[in-house]
Amino acid sequence: MPDTTALKSTDAPAAAVDAPPVTDSGPAPGKPRSLWSDAWHDLRRNPLFLISMVLILLLVVMAIFPSLFTSASPRDADLAKHYLQHPNWGHFFAPDWLGYDGQGRSIYARLIYGARASIMVGVVVTIAVTVLGLIIGMIAGYFGGWIDTILSRVTDIFFGVPFIVGAMVILTSFEQRSVWVVILSLSFLGWTQIARVARGSVITIKQADYVVAAKALGASTTRILTRHILPNAIAPVIVVATIALGGYIAAEATLSFLGIGLAEPTVSWGIDVSAASAQLRNAPYVLIIPSVMVSITVLSFLMFGDAVRNALDPKMR
Amino acid sequence: MGRYVARRLLQMIPVFLGSTLLVFLMMYALPGDPVRALAGEQHVDASQIAAMKASLGLDKPIWLQYLNYLGNLFQGDFGQQIGTQRPVAEVISEAYPITVRLAIFAFVFTVVAGISLGIIAGLKAESIRDRGLLGLTLVLISMPSFVLGFLVQYFVAFELGIAKPNVSLEPTNGELIMPAIVLASLSLAYVARLTRTSVAENIRADYMRTAVAKGLPRRRVIGVHLMRNSLIPVVTFLGTDIGALMGGAIVTEGIFNIKGVGSLVFEALKKREGATVVGVVTLLVVVYLVCSLLVDLLYAVLDPRIRYA
Amino acid sequence: MTTIDKTAHVPAPRESVSGDGPLLDVRDLHVEFHTRDGVAKAVNGVNYTVSAGETLAVLGESGSGKSVTAQTIMGILDMPPGKITQGEILFRGQDMLKMSNEERRKIRGRKIAMIFQDALSSLNPVLTVGYQLGEMFRVHQGLSRKDAKAKAIELMDQVKIPAAAARISDYPHQFSGGMRQRIMIAMALALEPDLIIADEPTTALDVTVQAQVMDLLAELQREYNMGLILITHDLGVVADVADKIAVMYAGRIVETAPVGELYSRPAHPYTRGLLDSIPRLDQKGQELYAIKGLPPNLTRIPAGCAFSPRCPKAQDICRTEVPPLAPVTEPDGAELVGRGSACHFWKETIHG
Repeated sequence: MPDTTALKSTDAPAAAVDAPPVTDSGPAPGKPRSLWSDAWHDLRRNPLFLISMVLILLLVVMAIFPSLFTSASPRDADLAKHYLQHPNWGHFFAPDWLGYDGQGRSIYARLIYGARASIMVGVVVTIAVTVLGLIIGMIAGYFGGWIDTILSRVTDIFFGVPFIVGAMVILTSFEQRSVWVVILSLSFLGWTQIARVARGSVITIKQADYVVAAKALGASTTRILTRHILPNAIAPVIVVATIALGGYIAAEATLSFLGIGLAEPTVSWGIDVSAASAQLRNAPYVLIIPSVMVSITVLSFLMFGDAVRNALDPKMR
Repeated sequence: MGRYVARRLLQMIPVFLGSTLLVFLMMYALPGDPVRALAGEQHVDASQIAAMKASLGLDKPIWLQYLNYLGNLFQGDFGQQIGTQRPVAEVISEAYPITVRLAIFAFVFTVVAGISLGIIAGLKAESIRDRGLLGLTLVLISMPSFVLGFLVQYFVAFELGIAKPNVSLEPTNGELIMPAIVLASLSLAYVARLTRTSVAENIRADYMRTAVAKGLPRRRVIGVHLMRNSLIPVVTFLGTDIGALMGGAIVTEGIFNIKGVGSLVFEALKKREGATVVGVVTLLVVVYLVCSLLVDLLYAVLDPRIRYA
Repeated sequence: MTTIDKTAHVPAPRESVSGDGPLLDVRDLHVEFHTRDGVAKAVNGVNYTVSAGETLAVLGESGSGKSVTAQTIMGILDMPPGKITQGEILFRGQDMLKMSNEERRKIRGRKIAMIFQDALSSLNPVLTVGYQLGEMFRVHQGLSRKDAKAKAIELMDQVKIPAAAARISDYPHQFSGGMRQRIMIAMALALEPDLIIADEPTTALDVTVQAQVMDLLAELQREYNMGLILITHDLGVVADVADKIAVMYAGRIVETAPVGELYSRPAHPYTRGLLDSIPRLDQKGQELYAIKGLPPNLTRIPAGCAFSPRCPKAQDICRTEVPPLAPVTEPDGAELVGRGSACHFWKETIHG
């Protein structure tokens, strides 16, 4: 029998195990599975994925129904309470649980209500850049030639502008900075990475035999793009997008912190951190609590993205 | 090689023009008015504003403004600040050195700590040590720099009292260490992860087995054969990262009250000082373009399989 | 002075070294791999010996344990997941498994060298071949960069690489497959080792180049009077160069024989199957024989004879009792030197 599997010459372990040694739980030998069901199989057993999933669900519910978590309003200010009331760690989930901020507002309530802006920016920007990046990247990668040259240069141009600085330039020109303005400015500058990844994987895939075969059989360009290329090019794009989601949340918080992202009366963790920074020495909790919240949120999405990546491509880690 | 460099330099021109145009448009075509910003709360009548705009050339069509700006730029003229009437080139050259110092410190820290951590993790992939370090990098990545900045400030300056929370106007190198670490943290985490992946992948390569079979001492197997291969992608990443560090410095400078390019851009944005903002971003774009060219050339030196035609 | 130490390691004339006794003696070697799917028993009691100037061919499918055995001898087995559970590997009478890492390292490359299958991936892609060849001299003999380079050119000449001096600064990917394999051979030969293990040295090459590389290897082996372990799955490669053959299946040696004997009179159904599955000109047009079934999963090796599920002659005893490697004799009981078969029915197999 020919030694076809011994290309890597360490024949015994490879032949014996029949599965990539990197993943935690590989497929059972002999049962071919698709990339997606294989990934799902891996994800269900990954504790990091399960933890991040629970946290993300919690954050999403918080963003949609904040009143489920607290009866207090994030905008009710009682100056009598400002900075005087330190956290009452025993009063779980009561308005004074985490104390009051500089204007006498419940930190806990602001923590809950702040989720909406963060999640919305993160999710909507990610969807927008994914769609935009996919379209541009797929067109550039599939058609090649001068179309690719132009689109690639345009991508380079947008990539060349520093992300945060660029967003700052756009945002400062708006007097009223709603969530949508922030979303718009981040999406406008953020699509380049996805476009590059999508272009790269389309170029690889379009040389695959099944695409060549589909072309030879006379399938239309639209059909080839949507039925053959998109489903196969999307895995790396999803990986990049899920990880970028956390980055957009961090970017929103950073911009709001700098005073050029969201503005009052929108509730945002970044604004709260900024407001609390003056009193860092005396009332550190006012600053640390929303800071930690931002980090946990970003971490949840990063862990989620990391787990998805490992499941979709164990080698990419 | 020479032809490749020439071609790359030619390719850089449209990207440079495009990026500056993009920033220029974002600055001048979007709402927001430097003259009104200068006037502030004072009441200024419309004719005064129009006159001032005309004298600044802000009444001309946007494309003409851009061409004028470019023309001046190639003669080394970055324009003038509207508020202070000082040349932008002078303002930037005052602010740049400290940002460059901050970025260099951060870069050194990124390289040393990031690569070391990556190697430590990658040599024993999937071990507890590796998973711990991976978790740590994930936490670092998920902390926006302002969060990390304040945490460091709070614990180091207030709780431990080791350093002052803000740097002085002419900061010493020692004072810049804390901000540099904060600035470096994100890149450091990425570099550590990248190094780790690269090391873990290369350590299983066939040529590593050959190196062991040759009877080479372990430090030579790791130090020469493994590192020479593993660090290629890391070096590439580090090159593009210099630009990111310069951009990230803007936030870090804000936290530690450092009067560098970051504060300059920040102030300029508030006053809609277009020339200053576009000038700084132009320099950042140039840094980015030069770095990515250098990285590509370095790549050819490090990996002989890459050939440029 | 360190020079004393160095002169001590200059390869001694081979005849003077304990003339009797084999160069390498592998005794009852067992190797396992601990994997997620269970314990894979890759090597289950392998014995073989190689003497100076002798060529042993180890034949088997992928997963038969032939490469794992070689890696274990070489000390380059990945541990974990690999684990040596039992056995001895005597090199000039000394058990290498009991040596310290440093002692073993000094044997590697200097006394025992290895040639790998895929020279492209086995050579470091970012170092010049001159550096990789010269490294042997620099590390083991403490030569200067310059001297090592001169030696490297000499080596490349020796393995018949044209324009060696000009190509010394080239990288592995700039050579053809055959030339790369010559470089691997040169690297193994650098310190004139006593034993060379060649793991499928020609599998990745074109057929025409295969012959050239094998001839070169055989020629150099004769010249230096080295022991050679040739690991292969290709019966054709073996016939011309080997002195004796060990056939492996599921981590065991199932048959040993001098090379001519094995081809003319196999004493194990597995060997017979392998021989029958070689295409032959005189049987053109007939269906090619193939051993039915697949090699066993090493985490679940069948009870009894591991080959029994695929064996056309298997009886009940084959599924319950592991056949030992028994000496093979002529029908009249006359000894056949060097022959053994791990089959309950070797007599029927060899003598019809």
